[in-house]
Amino acid sequence: MSLYDFLYIIILPVLIISVIMVFIRFVKGPGVGDRVISLDLLITIGIAIIAVYSVISDQPTFLDIALILALIAFLGTIAYSYYLEKKKRS
Amino acid sequence: MKDIILMIISGLGALFIFLAAVGLLRMPDYYLRVSVTTKAATLGIGLVLVAASLYFNDFSITSRVVAIIVFMFLTAPVGAHMISRASYINDTPMWDGSVVDDLKGQYDPKTHALKSGFETSENADDAGKGHFKSEDSED
Repeated sequence: MSLYDFLYIIILPVLIISVIMVFIRFVKGPGVGDRVISLDLLITIGIAIIAVYSVISDQPTFLDIALILALIAFLGTIAYSYYLEKKKRS
Repeated sequence: MKDIILMIISGLGALFIFLAAVGLLRMPDYYLRVSVTTKAATLGIGLVLVAASLYFNDFSITSRVVAIIVFMFLTAPVGAHMISRASYINDTPMWDGSVVDDLKGQYDPKTHALKSGFETSENADDAGKGHFKSEDSED
Protein backbone atom coordinates (compact mmCIF):
# COMPACT_ATOMS: atom_id res chain seq x y z
CA MET A 1 0.00 0.00 0.00
CA SER A 2 1.48 3.26 -1.07
CA LEU A 3 1.35 6.45 0.95
CA TYR A 4 -1.20 7.87 -1.45
CA ASP A 5 -3.60 4.95 -0.88
CA PHE A 6 -3.01 5.04 2.87
CA LEU A 7 -3.93 8.72 3.11
CA TYR A 8 -6.98 8.25 0.89
CA ILE A 9 -8.35 5.06 2.46
CA ILE A 10 -7.51 5.42 6.15
CA ILE A 11 -6.51 8.93 7.21
CA LEU A 12 -9.14 11.00 5.40
CA PRO A 13 -12.12 8.80 6.46
CA VAL A 14 -10.93 8.87 10.09
CA LEU A 15 -10.74 12.66 9.96
CA ILE A 16 -14.15 12.92 8.32
CA ILE A 17 -15.74 10.66 10.96
CA SER A 18 -14.22 12.96 13.60
CA VAL A 19 -15.71 15.97 11.84
CA ILE A 20 -19.14 14.31 11.91
CA MET A 21 -18.88 13.52 15.63
CA VAL A 22 -17.77 17.04 16.48
CA PHE A 23 -20.61 18.39 14.37
CA ILE A 24 -23.12 16.32 16.38
CA ARG A 25 -21.81 18.01 19.52
CA PHE A 26 -21.98 21.36 17.70
CA VAL A 27 -25.67 20.83 16.95
CA LYS A 28 -26.85 19.45 20.28
CA GLY A 29 -24.40 21.09 22.69
CA PRO A 30 -26.34 22.34 25.69
CA GLY A 31 -24.59 25.67 26.05
CA VAL A 32 -22.88 28.35 24.01
CA GLY A 33 -19.48 27.28 25.32
CA ASP A 34 -19.89 23.77 23.92
CA ARG A 35 -20.64 25.23 20.52
CA VAL A 36 -17.63 27.52 20.66
CA ILE A 37 -15.19 24.74 21.49
CA SER A 38 -16.73 22.46 18.87
CA LEU A 39 -16.28 25.21 16.30
CA ASP A 40 -12.67 25.53 17.41
CA LEU A 41 -12.13 21.79 17.04
CA LEU A 42 -13.90 21.79 13.65
CA ILE A 43 -11.46 24.38 12.31
CA THR A 44 -8.56 22.47 13.86
CA ILE A 45 -9.59 19.25 12.10
CA GLY A 46 -9.98 21.33 8.95
CA ILE A 47 -6.32 22.28 9.22
CA ALA A 48 -5.42 18.59 9.42
CA ILE A 49 -7.56 17.78 6.37
CA ILE A 50 -5.88 20.59 4.44
CA ALA A 51 -2.44 19.24 5.37
CA VAL A 52 -3.36 15.70 4.29
CA TYR A 53 -4.91 16.98 1.07
CA SER A 54 -1.82 19.03 0.24
CA VAL A 55 0.23 15.83 0.51
CA ILE A 56 -2.24 13.92 -1.67
CA SER A 57 -2.43 16.53 -4.42
CA ASP A 58 1.26 17.53 -4.08
CA GLN A 59 0.41 21.21 -3.70
CA PRO A 60 2.28 22.76 -0.74
CA THR A 61 0.55 26.10 -1.33
CA PHE A 62 -2.50 24.83 0.58
CA LEU A 63 -0.55 25.08 3.84
CA ASP A 64 -0.85 28.89 3.67
CA ILE A 65 -4.60 28.50 4.06
CA ALA A 66 -4.01 26.28 7.08
CA LEU A 67 -1.98 29.08 8.68
CA ILE A 68 -4.78 31.59 8.06
CA LEU A 69 -7.36 29.18 9.50
CA ALA A 70 -5.30 28.74 12.67
CA LEU A 71 -5.30 32.52 13.12
CA ILE A 72 -9.05 32.79 12.53
CA ALA A 73 -9.87 29.97 14.98
CA PHE A 74 -7.95 31.67 17.78
CA LEU A 75 -9.55 35.05 17.07
CA GLY A 76 -13.03 33.51 17.04
CA THR A 77 -12.55 31.78 20.38
CA ILE A 78 -11.18 34.91 22.02
CA ALA A 79 -13.98 37.11 20.68
CA TYR A 80 -16.69 34.68 21.78
CA SER A 81 -15.24 34.40 25.29
CA TYR A 82 -14.93 38.18 25.57
CA TYR A 83 -18.58 38.75 24.78
CA LEU A 84 -19.76 35.76 26.85
CA GLU A 85 -18.03 37.31 29.84
CA LYS A 86 -19.61 40.69 29.15
CA LYS A 87 -23.09 39.16 28.98
CA LYS A 88 -23.57 38.49 32.68
CA ARG A 89 -22.18 41.78 33.89
CA SER A 90 -24.51 44.26 32.27
CA MET B 1 11.14 3.48 4.11
CA LYS B 2 10.19 7.14 4.14
CA ASP B 3 6.63 6.19 3.25
CA ILE B 4 6.36 3.90 6.26
CA ILE B 5 7.59 6.62 8.63
CA LEU B 6 5.09 9.05 7.14
CA MET B 7 2.30 6.49 7.52
CA ILE B 8 3.13 5.93 11.18
CA ILE B 9 3.32 9.65 12.01
CA SER B 10 0.16 10.65 10.14
CA GLY B 11 -1.68 7.59 11.50
CA LEU B 12 -0.83 8.59 15.05
CA GLY B 13 -1.97 12.14 14.37
CA ALA B 14 -5.28 10.97 12.92
CA LEU B 15 -5.74 8.65 15.91
CA PHE B 16 -5.25 11.53 18.35
CA ILE B 17 -7.72 13.71 16.45
CA PHE B 18 -10.22 10.85 16.45
CA LEU B 19 -9.83 10.40 20.21
CA ALA B 20 -10.38 14.13 20.69
CA ALA B 21 -13.60 13.93 18.69
CA VAL B 22 -14.83 10.92 20.67
CA GLY B 23 -14.01 12.70 23.92
CA LEU B 24 -15.84 15.82 22.81
CA LEU B 25 -18.90 13.74 22.04
CA ARG B 26 -18.87 11.47 25.09
CA MET B 27 -17.51 13.48 28.02
CA PRO B 28 -20.19 14.29 30.60
CA ASP B 29 -19.18 17.84 31.44
CA TYR B 30 -18.28 21.09 29.75
CA TYR B 31 -14.92 21.47 31.50
CA LEU B 32 -13.84 17.92 30.68
CA ARG B 33 -14.72 18.61 27.05
CA VAL B 34 -12.52 21.71 27.00
CA SER B 35 -9.66 19.71 28.47
CA VAL B 36 -9.99 16.93 25.88
CA THR B 37 -10.20 19.36 22.98
CA THR B 38 -7.18 21.44 23.76
CA LYS B 39 -4.80 18.60 24.60
CA ALA B 40 -5.45 15.92 22.04
CA ALA B 41 -6.19 18.13 19.06
CA THR B 42 -2.94 20.03 19.50
CA LEU B 43 -0.84 16.86 19.43
CA GLY B 44 -2.80 15.41 16.51
CA ILE B 45 -2.42 18.55 14.42
CA GLY B 46 1.28 18.66 15.20
CA LEU B 47 1.85 15.09 14.06
CA VAL B 48 -0.14 15.46 10.82
CA LEU B 49 1.69 18.69 9.95
CA VAL B 50 5.07 17.12 10.73
CA ALA B 51 4.17 14.30 8.33
CA ALA B 52 3.35 16.85 5.63
CA SER B 53 6.61 18.71 6.14
CA LEU B 54 8.61 15.45 6.01
CA TYR B 55 6.87 14.54 2.76
CA PHE B 56 7.71 17.79 0.98
CA ASN B 57 11.22 18.04 2.51
CA ASP B 58 11.69 21.69 1.58
CA PHE B 59 12.96 24.51 3.75
CA SER B 60 10.18 27.01 3.02
CA ILE B 61 7.46 24.45 3.70
CA THR B 62 9.12 23.26 6.89
CA SER B 63 9.34 26.81 8.19
CA ARG B 64 5.67 27.33 7.36
CA VAL B 65 4.72 24.15 9.21
CA VAL B 66 6.82 25.12 12.21
CA ALA B 67 5.04 28.48 12.25
CA ILE B 68 1.63 26.75 12.29
CA ILE B 69 2.68 24.31 15.05
CA VAL B 70 4.18 27.02 17.28
CA PHE B 71 1.10 29.16 16.79
CA MET B 72 -1.24 26.30 17.69
CA PHE B 73 0.82 25.39 20.76
CA LEU B 74 0.77 29.00 21.93
CA THR B 75 -2.87 29.79 21.28
CA ALA B 76 -4.76 26.59 22.13
CA PRO B 77 -4.22 26.81 25.93
CA VAL B 78 -4.92 30.55 25.93
CA GLY B 79 -8.17 30.12 24.04
CA ALA B 80 -9.29 27.20 26.19
CA HIS B 81 -8.54 29.15 29.35
CA MET B 82 -10.45 32.21 28.14
CA ILE B 83 -13.56 30.30 27.07
CA SER B 84 -13.70 28.11 30.17
CA ARG B 85 -13.21 31.15 32.41
CA ALA B 86 -16.08 32.96 30.70
CA SER B 87 -18.27 29.88 31.05
CA TYR B 88 -17.35 29.49 34.72
CA ILE B 89 -18.35 33.08 35.39
CA ASN B 90 -21.64 32.42 33.58
CA ASP B 91 -22.35 29.48 35.95
CA THR B 92 -22.03 26.53 33.61
CA PRO B 93 -23.04 23.49 35.71
CA MET B 94 -20.48 20.87 36.67
CA TRP B 95 -20.79 17.12 36.40
CA ASP B 96 -22.35 15.36 39.42
CA GLY B 97 -19.21 13.25 39.84
CA SER B 98 -16.93 16.26 40.31
CA VAL B 99 -15.49 16.17 43.83
CA VAL B 100 -13.90 19.59 44.29
CA ASP B 101 -14.37 23.12 42.99
CA ASP B 102 -11.37 25.18 44.04
CA LEU B 103 -12.58 28.31 42.24
CA LYS B 104 -15.85 28.53 44.21
CA GLY B 105 -16.18 32.03 45.59
CA GLN B 106 -12.76 33.13 44.34
CA TYR B 107 -14.05 35.27 41.50
CA ASP B 108 -15.38 38.68 42.38
CA PRO B 109 -18.89 38.76 40.90
CA LYS B 110 -18.64 42.42 39.91
CA THR B 111 -15.12 42.98 38.69
CA HIS B 112 -14.29 39.34 37.78
CA ALA B 113 -10.98 39.70 39.59
CA LEU B 114 -9.51 36.47 40.94
CA LYS B 115 -8.73 36.23 44.65
CA SER B 116 -6.06 33.84 45.83
CA GLY B 117 -7.23 33.41 49.40
CA PHE B 118 -3.86 34.57 50.75
CA GLU B 119 -4.51 38.32 50.80
CA THR B 120 -3.03 40.19 53.74
CA SER B 121 -4.23 43.53 55.04
CA GLU B 122 -1.56 45.43 53.08
CA ASN B 123 -2.46 44.19 49.63
CA ALA B 124 -6.13 43.55 50.23
CA ASP B 125 -7.21 46.76 48.50
CA ASP B 126 -5.12 45.86 45.44
CA ALA B 127 -7.28 42.81 44.78
CA GLY B 128 -9.63 44.53 42.36
CA LYS B 129 -6.93 46.45 40.54
CA GLY B 130 -6.09 43.87 37.91
CA HIS B 131 -6.41 44.61 34.25
CA PHE B 132 -10.17 44.21 34.57
CA LYS B 133 -10.39 47.46 36.50
CA SER B 134 -9.75 49.53 33.40
CA GLU B 135 -12.48 47.61 31.61
CA ASP B 136 -14.96 48.59 34.28
CA SER B 137 -14.16 52.26 34.08
CA GLU B 138 -15.41 52.48 30.52
CA ASP B 139 -18.94 51.32 31.23
